[in-house]
Amino acid sequence: MSRADNQGVAEIKARNKQLIDEVLKVYPEKTAKRRAKHLSVHEAGKSDCGVKSNIKSIPGVMTIRGCAYAGSKGVVWGPIKDMIHISHGPVGCGQYSWGSRRNYYVGTTGIDTFVTLQFTSDFQEKDIVFGGDKKVTKLIDELQELFPLNRGITIQSECPIGLIGDDIEAVSREKSKEYGGKTIVPVRCEGFRGVSQSLGHHIANDAVRDWIFDKSAPDTSSKFESSPYDVAIIGDYNIGGDAWSSRILLEEMGLRVIAQWSGDGSLAELEATPKAKLNILHCYRSMNYISRHMEEKFGIPWCEYNFFGPSKIAESLRKIASFFDDKIKQGAERVIAKYQPLVDAVTAKYRPRLEGKTVMLFVGGLRPRHVIGAYEDLGMDVVGTGYEFGHNDDYQRTAQHYVKDGTLIYDDVTGYEFERFVEKIRPDLVGSGIKEKYVFQKMGVPFRQMHSWDYSGPYHGYDGFAIFARDMDMAINSPIWGKTTAPWKDAPQPSLMAAE
Amino acid sequence: MTQNAEHILDHSELFRGDEYQQMLAKKKALFENPHDPADVDRIKEWSKTSEYREKNFAREALTVNPAKACQPLGAVFAALGFERTLPFVHGSQGCVAYYRSHLSRHFKEPTSCVSSSMTEDAAVFGGLNNLTDGLANSYNMYKPKMIAVATTCMAEVIGDDLNAFIKTSKEKGSVPADYDVPFAHTPAFVGSHVTGYDNTLKGILEHFWDGKAGTAPKLERKANNTINFIGGFDGYTVGNVREIKRIFDLMGIGYTILADNSDVFDTPTDGEFRMYDGGTTLKDAANAVHAKATISMQQYCTEKTLSFIKGHDQEVVAFNHPLGVSATDDFLMTLSRVTNKAIPDALEQERGRLVDAMADSSAHVHGKKFAIYGDPDLCYGLAAFLLELGAEPIHVLSTNASKAWELKMQALFASSPFGQNCRAFPGKDLWHMRSLLFTEPVDFLIGNTYGKYLERDTGTPLIRIGFPIFDRHHHHRYPVWGYQGSMNVLVKILDKIFDEIDRKTSSVGKTDYSFDIIR
Repeated sequence: MSRADNQGVAEIKARNKQLIDEVLKVYPEKTAKRRAKHLSVHEAGKSDCGVKSNIKSIPGVMTIRGCAYAGSKGVVWGPIKDMIHISHGPVGCGQYSWGSRRNYYVGTTGIDTFVTLQFTSDFQEKDIVFGGDKKVTKLIDELQELFPLNRGITIQSECPIGLIGDDIEAVSREKSKEYGGKTIVPVRCEGFRGVSQSLGHHIANDAVRDWIFDKSAPDTSSKFESSPYDVAIIGDYNIGGDAWSSRILLEEMGLRVIAQWSGDGSLAELEATPKAKLNILHCYRSMNYISRHMEEKFGIPWCEYNFFGPSKIAESLRKIASFFDDKIKQGAERVIAKYQPLVDAVTAKYRPRLEGKTVMLFVGGLRPRHVIGAYEDLGMDVVGTGYEFGHNDDYQRTAQHYVKDGTLIYDDVTGYEFERFVEKIRPDLVGSGIKEKYVFQKMGVPFRQMHSWDYSGPYHGYDGFAIFARDMDMAINSPIWGKTTAPWKDAPQPSLMAAE
Repeated sequence: MTQNAEHILDHSELFRGDEYQQMLAKKKALFENPHDPADVDRIKEWSKTSEYREKNFAREALTVNPAKACQPLGAVFAALGFERTLPFVHGSQGCVAYYRSHLSRHFKEPTSCVSSSMTEDAAVFGGLNNLTDGLANSYNMYKPKMIAVATTCMAEVIGDDLNAFIKTSKEKGSVPADYDVPFAHTPAFVGSHVTGYDNTLKGILEHFWDGKAGTAPKLERKANNTINFIGGFDGYTVGNVREIKRIFDLMGIGYTILADNSDVFDTPTDGEFRMYDGGTTLKDAANAVHAKATISMQQYCTEKTLSFIKGHDQEVVAFNHPLGVSATDDFLMTLSRVTNKAIPDALEQERGRLVDAMADSSAHVHGKKFAIYGDPDLCYGLAAFLLELGAEPIHVLSTNASKAWELKMQALFASSPFGQNCRAFPGKDLWHMRSLLFTEPVDFLIGNTYGKYLERDTGTPLIRIGFPIFDRHHHHRYPVWGYQGSMNVLVKILDKIFDEIDRKTSSVGKTDYSFDIIR
């Protein structure tokens, strides 16, 4: 069904519209009406993708979305490595988010770094009845005693905290004072807030603003001498080492990365960020808030970049360089030239195996658009995409810079819709998460987890592109997909022939 | 340049290159405000001491690396064991994303489950509308035969009453009046995933046996000769349930597996996604009231369920994840007693083969010291098997176990000369275990995937048995119950023991005189 097969865009659009009509038929009327707003076929030239977004999921459908806690603890705060992040409330949330996002870091775990530990107040019934403030107060004392090298603490609220009216802000202030101004950050990221993990990102950004920036004046916080080439990486969670394979390019072009947010990041880096000359933002969705704040308050410009695939990497390196002098601009060209042989070799090897293959995506954050360029670098065609928790500005960016005319768009897709779409379109690859992976593989459709890189990675930067290309090839061209149907199914059964 | 198209380096090798190592060193020195390495070393060494252990065991408010999950996870697991049943979790939606991911990461299978997606307005006004709309949507979209509802902590804190809500939802026409919607309250701040399993299974049986929440007459028990079998929350459910069915078939027993999720967590890849597969039929779930007896493999997973069943005049028997010769003997003899069926020769031969295997290999296990952690029943079964092998289960720790479990464990230890130095730790977590392993070292650790952190920190080799196992594949397909299952467990333990001997003796010209090929 690839467009390379000469199928006209008009025909694709008609098919996609019909598909949308078909999936809507199964819902009760009210639900169908609501879901219809989230499904669309992209019209070239439009300013967005024509779907509503960031609206409550419908009860009883299999939404792929998570919650505010997942956005704050799982994404923004959790990877800050030298702080202890308390999952405050019942045991489950901390347990399920324990070590599951592959935010790589270097440190002595349990002594001076804590990312892959699960700290929880493990709420019991009595904590619900009497409140949890006393427990978390005591818990902080115990942390200080058992983990004396922690640089700071965050309190990540689970659902009950907000419902029973605990005052974690007061606890944080009191304990911070008691421990000589120690950084203790309360984060009101209860899972029922908002419609998805997205609000958790925003709340977490605001907590950085209120409890890190507003506490430490920017000129006193950092110990290093500023340079004219200081930048901060914002919105890279270092999944499989993404931020490292990005950072190396920035440093090679002559910039100095003074902070990583938040993969492999530290409290000192958070505090030093207001000294940056430019904030470079990868995941717009999760960290545009704090980037805008730093622009307003500290006058630091920010720019978005995309380090998936050589076309976007080169474009982004030049864009970042444009904020600096010729030394950096030349540096960018030097880096692009340096990696060109690697790009050529990777493309020469994998493009012939992937040319014309079609992909359907459904992911969170920036990926439903950012990875499209990397697929195109390999000659592949993204025929459907959508966001778990995107907002309208994500769909604008998608429409204006990434998707082609006729692409099927599905916001907050339900399990049912996604299955039907894939069944009908039969793409060569689906890129989504663990909850979707096995559904599509059972259907015989190759799959890659595009949240966690399916335990591979990094995918960012030139080094990451090589891995990305290899992984897509291995998924699509695995011999196993030729074996999903038993050979005797292809031939008529003897008994059936006899019956005829 | 590190990366090369002809030999692409993964993260495990890529970042070891000089360029990356220098970059990371610079990052640390200039920007991370690192602690003095001497301080890091000092605290690291201190964390291994008895002094640290004492402080660690004195903590009252903090939990670090618990070996338990929350109730609704168990609810989802149990509900998936019934024919065309959709688990529906009433509360905020993020929880369901977590349960689905967690189970899928262990079984490498899809996990179907929906939520009522409650948000702020539901927190204020209650979640009735979410439940009503949600039931209607799932019913239309996924065409389940039954929707089993459980709650999250959110719904529990605001006090949503499922019985009333489901009734009202039906009155509003969300699903037909006679449609099966069993339910259970499963607050995450009570018990753990095993409690959620128990509550949900009880909720489902109660629904069918006790008049479908007042909408049908209660079933009248007409005793027959079948037995009910409950596996409990079990990461090996695929292999175990099939093994148990094989044993029942060999013995000629009529049985009902209650919550049989062995097929739904093991569907074929043949071009079709089966959202539902296998499972206990709703008819069988109802008819289970007539059974002669109910046998549970996990006492602590089924306390309320068994008490409910006992109230319906059935004999109930609970085991503790039976493993090894004697525990399997007990299990079979109980089956035989309850059903009046003889234990066939085939099983006796399997028994003999397990004894044979243990006799062949016990020299390698005898006297070795083990630490075990996991769910209370699994811990008991594993400890009993180790004692049978002449090994010493020195530390047995269960985050979700009770004082009663501790007493039962201590009684088990007291019953064997190999149990004299062994101790049970209920309510403790894996950071406690870390202190135990440093201050009273053992030879091997048995536990789930999270144990790899303990293996790294303390150098205690980890044998992966439990739930979840995320970082090894397909263990769940092999049974750990019965004589054959015990054989699998024995092999897992032995493989690790032999790997360790090889690792310790492989240094050429130094220790490799013991690098044997025959053992």
